[in-house]
Formats: sequence, structure tokens, C-alpha cells
Amino acid sequence: MQTIYLDNNATTRTDPDVLAEMLPYLADLYGNPSSMHTFGGQLHKKIEEARAKLADLLKADPSEIIFTSCGTESDNTAIMNALETHPRKRHIITTRVEHPAVLNFSQHLGRKGYRITYLPVNDAGRLDMEMLTRSLDDDTALVTIMFANNETGVVFPIDEIAGLLEGRGILFHTDAVQAVGKLPIDLNTLKVDMLSLSGHKLHAPKGIGALYVRRGGRFYPYIIGGHQEMSRRAGTENVASIIGLGKAAALARGFLTEEAAAVSRLRDRLEAGLLGSCPDVRINGDTKNRLPNTTNISFEYVEGEAILLRLNEYQICASSGSACTSGSLEPSHVLRAMGVPYTAVHGSIRFSLSRFTTGEEIDRVLQVMPGIIRELRQLSPFGRGSLTL
Amino acid sequence: MWEYTDKVKEAFLKPQNVGEIPDADAVGEVGSIVCGDALKLFLKIDKASGKITDAKFQTFGCASAIASSSALTELVKDKTLDEALEISNIDIADYLGGLPDQKMHCSVMGREALEAAIAQYRGQPVRQKEEGRLVCKCFDVTGEKIRKVAVENHLTTVDEITNFTKAGGGCGECRPDIEAILSDLWSVSRVHETPAGPRKLTNLQKIALIQEIIETQVRPSLQADNGDIELIDIEGDKVIVALRGMCTGCLMSDVTIKGIQAKLRELVSAAITVETR
Repeated sequence: MQTIYLDNNATTRTDPDVLAEMLPYLADLYGNPSSMHTFGGQLHKKIEEARAKLADLLKADPSEIIFTSCGTESDNTAIMNALETHPRKRHIITTRVEHPAVLNFSQHLGRKGYRITYLPVNDAGRLDMEMLTRSLDDDTALVTIMFANNETGVVFPIDEIAGLLEGRGILFHTDAVQAVGKLPIDLNTLKVDMLSLSGHKLHAPKGIGALYVRRGGRFYPYIIGGHQEMSRRAGTENVASIIGLGKAAALARGFLTEEAAAVSRLRDRLEAGLLGSCPDVRINGDTKNRLPNTTNISFEYVEGEAILLRLNEYQICASSGSACTSGSLEPSHVLRAMGVPYTAVHGSIRFSLSRFTTGEEIDRVLQVMPGIIRELRQLSPFGRGSLTL
Repeated sequence: MWEYTDKVKEAFLKPQNVGEIPDADAVGEVGSIVCGDALKLFLKIDKASGKITDAKFQTFGCASAIASSSALTELVKDKTLDEALEISNIDIADYLGGLPDQKMHCSVMGREALEAAIAQYRGQPVRQKEEGRLVCKCFDVTGEKIRKVAVENHLTTVDEITNFTKAGGGCGECRPDIEAILSDLWSVSRVHETPAGPRKLTNLQKIALIQEIIETQVRPSLQADNGDIELIDIEGDKVIVALRGMCTGCLMSDVTIKGIQAKLRELVSAAITVETR
């Protein structure tokens, strides 16, 4: 039985072309790019090529790209940069639905005495723009708002927010980990100061990320040590993965023009099929402003972990916002912020597709899912007729 | 991903005794859809022998909740009610070859459903939630339940209590309360083992502890009033600090310093004195 991988917002398959580009640098070409000798020093050029490819995907200047180890490091670096370069300001604005890389770091700073505003979202996951406007003041150092939500795929109006902040002396960072490679991003016109991305969400390997920092502003490094990355991020470069990310960025450019629409059609087919074949189902989030590859569906009266483990029997991989899968005992903070009823939060399943997803795989999910839901509902004391809430 | 045993997987994929007993003699219902798991247990009881002749369940929950329910119904069959009440949550977990630590609350839910069903059958008042003081508001857990589960399973840490009852696993606000319940519960037996009194600290440990207390317990409350504090030096038991921000020249600063001194005396050493520069 073949694995049907529909959990691409968690991580993606390393594209075989990406891997092929990387392999020499994990084997014979093991030099250190900082070395004086050709053996190591020649790698510096390869890193700059990769930087140019990534800059190309974002319509940025290569000098604006800093390679990091992951999305979380990029996010932490961006937030600390804002605070270090604006030491008198002690206010940060973010949202309730951020990834833990921003949310937990903000809470950490809150405990350190910073003032944090967490913007709410409505039942479709749309941001409260009015509250954003009201929350801005002279003490605000940073607004950090994700580009697209990892759980629901809902895309925030980053362009509009950037417009709102322009000329106010407030830095704007966006965690675009889920958006880069799935949505076209043009940093020539999109006026964000910092943008985080992660390699393994766009078919590069894990352990590589990047932070875009707009030219002209000050920058304070988060990891301090050697002169790498123009002294903006110390530590010997992850050469093979940087080269891999460069290749992945080049491939993503092709994907954005050709295949994004095809992925979106598969996602819509999956969604429509599930809505048609399973009763008491709801789609979570604004379906008009959404990543092309993501759907978040709640199956009422059944619990998400149970659904995932039944799917696992068919080697179908997805994820859930239920409490039992979160590692804590609380269900998804994103769905709760949207006011999704608990009954639906516990039974929420996220399917996230990629350019490797096939129509046959979607058919297979549509074939097994109704049976799984029916069986689990037969087990459940809740549901039609026996609802005892 | 949870590390489930093969028995848990089997009981989840092919659960035994699923469904309702329409003419059940006893029904026990615990949990709620809000908390993420709920179990409804149906028992058929032979009046003459007092034996459980049939048991079925309906469960909303994760794999281990469903597996625990299946195990429970298997365990109670053909037992008298008194024998059935001997079944502990540990027996349910053992029947499944063990449960992950974080999932032990599923076995506790099984035991509770059994108690509730038998209490109903015997016409005993079903224990109301209000009876004990509610400790964990996120998951509706009373102090009474925490004490009971702690004793039955020999739990000594807050994390263990969370694994077994979910209490403290939500907002986390009640974790100090759980800590207090545990120290209250186990102090009787512990007093004899370790004599009370402050731990002897090395100088380095003492400095680290003082730094931590000032950073985590003193600073945030001063900052809330737009003040701040800086630790300047520690010489033996003398702690030298500087007050900053709104604290500078504040008429209450002497009181603040006394308060910090009292806190450090309580938590570090009775010999501590706090001075400003």
C-alpha cells in the first residue's frame, strides 16, 4: 500500500531534483565556505547562487535574504531585531492565531515585561483590522502577523496591513512559512520589513529557513558569533541545505504559474466530496481567501485523533486540531480563536496537498472517509437523536 | 505520535461491546464533548446473583478512550457488583498492555463510568461535581477527585495529576493549587523521611536562586507599575539592588525593599538582607 501524504503543511517531500542538487555537498564537496582555499571557498559562490534564486522567488534583492536554521529561528530573530533596534519601545502587536514560533515567543516577552496585543479573528478566521488600527501607538515596535494560517489556510490581508503601517516607524514582520511557494509574493510592491520562510514547507529539506530583511533598516543579529551571512547570522552555513532551498525556490516559481491551480482543483474536489458524502460536516475558515492546498474540515461528534488513526490504517496522512493530538490537553488555539464550537474543534481534520498529490489519492480518501466517520459515530454517544450536551 | 501498544490498537480498531443496551439496569455517564472525551456505560445486571451479565459502551474520544472503554466492558462481565468495583483504572490500563502517561486519564474515565453506573443501580446519590471544590476550571476537576486519583495511583507530581485527570492541562492557572493538594496529601508520610528546614545552598546556587526570584517574581510586579529593579551585587547574605523607572524616588520604595527582603528570606535564607545602592 502506498502512503497518501496529505499533511504538507506539516512538512513536504524533498523534491528529488532538490536532493540531487544537494548530494555532492553532503559527500565530496564538504568544505567550509569561509576557508581561504579553493576547496572550501568555492562553495561561497554556490551559496550566493542559492540566495539569488530565493530572492528571485520573492522579488527581493539577494542582500535582503539571511539563511537561518528554520522558520522558528527566522520568527524569533525578526521579533528580537525589532526590539533591539527600538529599545525604547515596549509594545508588540500580533494575532491570536499565530504559529507557536511567534505566539509562544510573544508570551515569553510578555512575561519579561513587554506589552503584547493579540488581535482577534472572526468566525471565518478574518483579522479584526479595526482593532489593529486602534492598537497602534507610539510605543509599538513591531506588528507581526502571519501571511497564511497553517491550520486553516486562511490568508491575511498583508498588503492592506503594510499600507496601514507605512510611514509610522513601526516594523512589520510576517511569518510567511505557509505562503512561500504556494502564493505569489512580490516584495517590490509588498511593503513588509521582514518575512520568515522555511525550506521544508516548499520541498527543501528540514533544518533550513530564511529571513527576508528589507534594505535600509538597521538589523541586530539574534545568533552572534562569526561573520557568516554578513554578520547577520553567525554559524557555519548549512551549505547543502542552502543549495537545496535555492533549487526548491526555483522549482516553486514554476509551480506558482502552472500547478497551483491544479492543486486547488484537487482540494476543492476533496472538500466537495466529503461535504457530499458525510453528514454534519463543516469547513473551517474563509474559503475565499485561502491557500490553494489546504482544507480544514470538522466532523461533528467524533474525535480527531480517532479519525487520524483510522486513516492511518489506510496509510493516509493528515492532521487534527483535536486536544488529543496537540500534545497538551487543549484543542487548536486557532479554531477556538475563531469561535468554532468545541464539538467541531475536537473533530477537525486538516488535509494539506502538494504538487505531488494525485487525483487517485483524492479518490481513495473519498472512498474510505465516509465509512470511517460512520463507524466512529456509531461508537459515539453524541450525534443526531442522542445529543446530550 | 502516541506510542500505543498492539492491544490498544486492536481494541481501538475492533472495539468489543459497542452500542446501547435499551433496557439497561444501570447507566453511567462521564465526561463531556467539550472536554474532548465522554463515555456512556450500559450494564445489564442479574438481580438474583448480582452479577453483570452484559456491558456495552458508547464513547466519544481518542483511540485510547475507545480502547479503555472496550477493555472496561470486557473486564466487568460476569463479575458481581462488588467484584466490579475492585477494578481500578490501573487494571484497565494493564488489560491494554499499558497506556502512554499522557493518556492515563482515559483509564480513569472508565473507572468513573463504572462507579457512576453502579451508584445509579444501587440508588446511591450520584456524586455531584459541586461536592468538592472545583480546582481545574478548564476540565471541571474537583480537589476531591485529584486527591482520590493521587492516592489510588501514588501520584506525587502535578504533571502526573494532569496525565491522570487532565487537571492543570488547560490554562495552567490551577497548577499551584494542585501542588498544594499534593504537598498536603503526602506531607504526612514525608515529614518522617526528610527533616524540614531550608536546603543548604552553595554560594553559586544561592546567587542563581536570588537572580531567578528577582527576575520571575519581583520584576514583573514592579514593571506592572512602570518600575523596575536591577540586581547589582550579592555579597554573602547581602543583596544589593537598584530600583529603576517609577520606583526611583517613590515614597513606597522602602516598603518595596522590605517586601523583596521578606520574599528572599522565605525562599532562600533567613539571613538575607536587601539594600539599595
